[in-house]
Amino acid sequence: MATIEVDLVATDGKVWSGVARQVIAPAGDGEIGILAGHTPVLTVLKPGEIRVYAPESGEPARFTVEGGFLSFDSNVMTIVVDEVTAGPTTDATAR
Amino acid sequence: MAGSQRIYRQRIKSTQSLKKMFRAQELIAASRIGRARDRVSMAAPYSRAITRAVSAVATHSNTSHPFLVERDDTNRVAVLLIASDRGMAGAYSASVIRETERLIERLEHEGKQVVLYVSGRRAVTYYTFRGRDVEGSWTGHSDAPSTDIAGEISEVLLDAFRAPADQGGVAEVHIVFTQFVNMVTQRPRVIRLLPLEVVEGVEPADDREQLPLYEFEPDPAVVLDALLPRYVRSRIYASLLQAAASELAARQRAMHTATDNAEDLIRTYTRLANQARQGEITQEISEIVSGADALASAS
Repeated sequence: MATIEVDLVATDGKVWSGVARQVIAPAGDGEIGILAGHTPVLTVLKPGEIRVYAPESGEPARFTVEGGFLSFDSNVMTIVVDEVTAGPTTDATAR
Repeated sequence: MAGSQRIYRQRIKSTQSLKKMFRAQELIAASRIGRARDRVSMAAPYSRAITRAVSAVATHSNTSHPFLVERDDTNRVAVLLIASDRGMAGAYSASVIRETERLIERLEHEGKQVVLYVSGRRAVTYYTFRGRDVEGSWTGHSDAPSTDIAGEISEVLLDAFRAPADQGGVAEVHIVFTQFVNMVTQRPRVIRLLPLEVVEGVEPADDREQLPLYEFEPDPAVVLDALLPRYVRSRIYASLLQAAASELAARQRAMHTATDNAEDLIRTYTRLANQARQGEITQEISEIVSGADALASAS
């Protein structure tokens, strides 16, 4: 199965890096889900939650971000965020 | 004669306590420099990602942005000087200030009016002592800059660049900082931050491997608008980190030299003190001998 290489970087360092089957991120126009082979995309992120699904396990890794952007091409994804905390978004900040 | 011996002992004592201080400063700088260098390399992935994204937008859309175009409505230009908060770093602050002075001179020669922003207490005192106007200043973070301070600085500079000409807008933003080359070499550098000139030719490999045709969400203009302030902030943050690493390296080296010099001085003074002591003894002996001689010849 095709996978995506994901790098999640913040201003002061790399936060997370690994392979994923699918990544769901809060894009400017609403949530965007990206699978391997997606067309190259460069999108602005709103505050919200990023979910990274590893190839095997069902439970995604969750990160709460305060905006940033995401670029994806040839199955390499770079998510650049301003502020990030690991863990699911609480209801108060979810959009 | 007896006085000079005491003076030498005093000097040895004070030099010894100075030496202890230099040594402590050297060790502190040495212990922090590793962390400062780590921070420089940790910030690299972010700025790389953001640079690649900016060049992707620039190559694949002909969207323009205020940050990318030259302004000709004002002759004011901003210069951001990044120096240190404390001294004891040899020529570190002096050389970056000298570089700034040279830049200011060049800009004024071109008929521009320079607006100065400074970071680091040493630079602030340099300019306030000379009674020169400083538009904005930041202190207290020079050896461990945070992303917050970088955000603050970039906010101020971007506001100045966005402002209209009659409200103190500036046409260009330059940064003068010290680039950390390695532990022995730190070089003052000047970069022009705004308007951005880095977009073209960021990736020389463009000819061989075409950057993919991106889909921009929601559209190129919005993406660019979100990217460029972040790009500017990351450039400023990178400069601050480089300057911090340079400052610590300069301090370590300066303090090492100072410790060595203190040791030399102590050695010289010890020799002089010994000589004085010996002179005193010789004098006493000759006084006793001549006294005895006088007594012997009198009897």
